[in-house]
Amino acid sequence: MLYKVLSLADALSQDFPLSKVMVDLRSLDGVDLDALGSIGAGAILRVDGDLASPLPMLHSLTMPEVVASGDVIRVHPSGQVNVLYRRGANANTLFATERCNSRCLMCSQPPHEEDDSWRIGEMIDLLQLIDHDLPVLGITGGEPCLLGEGLVEVLRAAKRYLPNTVLHILTNGRLFSDRAFVRSFDQAAGQVVWAVPVYSDNAIDHDYVVQADGAFNETLNGLHNLAERGHRVEIRCVLHRQTVHRLRELADFAYWNLPFAEHVALMGLEPMGYARSNRDVLWIDQLEYADTLNQAAAYLWRRGIAVSIYNIPLCVLPDQARPFARKSISDWKNVFAPECQGCTLQDSCCGFFRSAGDGWRSRGIQPVGLRAIA
Amino acid sequence: MTSEAGDFQVLDEATFASFARREPLIDKTTLRNLEAKHLLYKTSPETAVRLLATKLRTRKSFLRGGPSLHIFVVTLGCDHGCHYCQVSRRLHSGGRYDMSLETAAAAVDRLFDSPSPNLTVEFQGGEPLLAFPVIRHIVELIQARNVHEGRQIVFTITSTLHHLTDEILDFMRIHDFQVSTSLDGPRDLHDANRPLPGGGAHELTIEGIQRARQALGQGSVSALTTLTRRSLERPNEIVDEYVRLGFRSIFLRPLSPYGFAKKSERRLGYTVEDYLRFYRAALGYILEINRNGHLIEEAYAKILLSSILTPFPTTYVDLRSPVGSGFGTLVYNYDGGVYASDEGRMLKELGNDTLRVGSVTDAYQTLMRSPAMELLAASGLSETLPGCSDCAFVPYCGPDPAGSLSRHGDPVGHRAESEHCQRHTGLFEILFDHLANGDSATLEIFDNWVHGVPPVVKAAN
Repeated sequence: MLYKVLSLADALSQDFPLSKVMVDLRSLDGVDLDALGSIGAGAILRVDGDLASPLPMLHSLTMPEVVASGDVIRVHPSGQVNVLYRRGANANTLFATERCNSRCLMCSQPPHEEDDSWRIGEMIDLLQLIDHDLPVLGITGGEPCLLGEGLVEVLRAAKRYLPNTVLHILTNGRLFSDRAFVRSFDQAAGQVVWAVPVYSDNAIDHDYVVQADGAFNETLNGLHNLAERGHRVEIRCVLHRQTVHRLRELADFAYWNLPFAEHVALMGLEPMGYARSNRDVLWIDQLEYADTLNQAAAYLWRRGIAVSIYNIPLCVLPDQARPFARKSISDWKNVFAPECQGCTLQDSCCGFFRSAGDGWRSRGIQPVGLRAIA
Repeated sequence: MTSEAGDFQVLDEATFASFARREPLIDKTTLRNLEAKHLLYKTSPETAVRLLATKLRTRKSFLRGGPSLHIFVVTLGCDHGCHYCQVSRRLHSGGRYDMSLETAAAAVDRLFDSPSPNLTVEFQGGEPLLAFPVIRHIVELIQARNVHEGRQIVFTITSTLHHLTDEILDFMRIHDFQVSTSLDGPRDLHDANRPLPGGGAHELTIEGIQRARQALGQGSVSALTTLTRRSLERPNEIVDEYVRLGFRSIFLRPLSPYGFAKKSERRLGYTVEDYLRFYRAALGYILEINRNGHLIEEAYAKILLSSILTPFPTTYVDLRSPVGSGFGTLVYNYDGGVYASDEGRMLKELGNDTLRVGSVTDAYQTLMRSPAMELLAASGLSETLPGCSDCAFVPYCGPDPAGSLSRHGDPVGHRAESEHCQRHTGLFEILFDHLANGDSATLEIFDNWVHGVPPVVKAAN
């Protein structure tokens, strides 16, 4: 069961179906629960369960601070609670499927082959409960396009419930090599940014990284099919030993062959999932490719393509590359190292993935003094 | 090596020879480079062909919309007596060589017949300012009509700037004119190239440049050099003059062969080799000036480099395939003749009207289906021409039917004797030499010319 957690005032003033609203009464006493029930409120949230309630009641949360007004939660009959949408978070993402048609060496979210098409319905339910002023909503997986017509339905719901929200969808784009499939997404053109990884300027290297023969050609045809139907696309590349050696050439390739891309994201590795088990083929100290990264970013930027660098701490980047770096690590995933004490750039730095142990940190980590930003 | 769409890769001779013999490439980096540039494919060619097709379509997208450069030759009258010019007539011809208002009105109709959403209206002569009332009439007709047409229109004028008045400057400011003048270098050189009764052309031009800059802004005034044989000995002095006068761009074009009187060709003309030797030296000097911190671009290099270093269409109508004549440009001559290019009307002055597409009173469809246009369509695609089709530089180049017509009497001509071909292959060789062997400072200067000088990047956070 999904609920939109709202304060009483928000529940009454905001435009969400009351039957899906869980009124947060943890800091509000003396509310007439019968009246709440009679106006159709779905449930209430209380600190403890010492009060009888005519409405379904959630109480005695193990970590009460995790649920806040505005959030959307999933409540299992067992009492387990998951937060699916968090108001005010720097990133909110729908999880489309665990299935995938690639097996990327560095996948941080390794796929599982099981039927999880129930997620389609849940995503559509969830979309109705998300704040209407949310600027960007992510959709990830697995490979969201494996939902097929289900993804089309999800996007139709997004257009209906969140017409002003940009959907940022992570996909390998391979299935878009089918023009008919691309056409089924015509109504989503403009609202969706398809964020598609291209790991190299050639098929051998790209297909090796994604562990799928023919993937490079499928993805490139997919990108062109999307662009021809007026879709917005972003190019992404995860930086590791198998991709950085032709990063500068990749930038060249993108400018010549994918100049319609509105954004290129160059991303440090997230040491989760397969990335951990493939450390020996993936690991390279960020210092070793920082100059190449700087050149690739500058090359694209001066050709009018927006560039971002994600997941790489500012101290290992050359000065000129730092303006491209973003605070990209979700707030619940990010930490700083002991070396970061006293660093003047910490406020604008992405820091590190919580999951990254010392073994995944560059030897270049060091506090940056005032002199360096002058 | 270049692809059909203009991707390029520099190979050493041994690798090239072995690649041309279809031997397996041992060096994996070269293999990947060639695959990424679509010069080689390993399995199915479909994806490579699709990407090449998209790039080719992009590169040729100047074809959409038809002619966008419309040249109005408002008068042949001129007060200069330049030896290399065969087009202009002396002053005091009683307006006999001025465009009539009826012709002007018909030409404006043809301008708007062109489907292009972007139109450049260029005024030429003679000295066009000697027929300023005609210019005013044309601009006013265009502006009135554009209220409902809604095209993007840019006005430009090529003038000595000797005849500017406050009234003219005001008019140009209101209509946002881009002004192009001729500046051949230091005073003695300029004055020798451009004899005026009583002399002083250089001084008058500089005065005109200053007045125009004051009225229209520094960025709206540019200058072109005409290079005579005298000029070729003095590359640095010519460049220095442009730097001294604060120009950020210099265009080192050779003398157009069409305007020549045969007798002065011997005195003023020069071989392509002479020109290329001059150009190489001048470009080297310009690069040195840039490396020392003064930003000035060489416009010819910028045009060619923009074709080489970007996948986008060239804005330069003189080097397009299909040919810019007619397909990118129409010229309305003072007498009501419509020509496919400026060279076309100069050919006419030499007695050859092959590139006359018709009269301003003809319907646009009639003009575009004229024998002249058919001839240009049949001979204007470099990719199909003997000597061009297998040239490595063909993605960045364009044919020269007017030159071939004047030299050989047919629009295809023969490459080995073509000044146009020798000049451009020479220029491409000079530029690719820099691209292949240049230091990072030179490549950075080229990037600045092509993409503009980057502003300071701001932190996003």
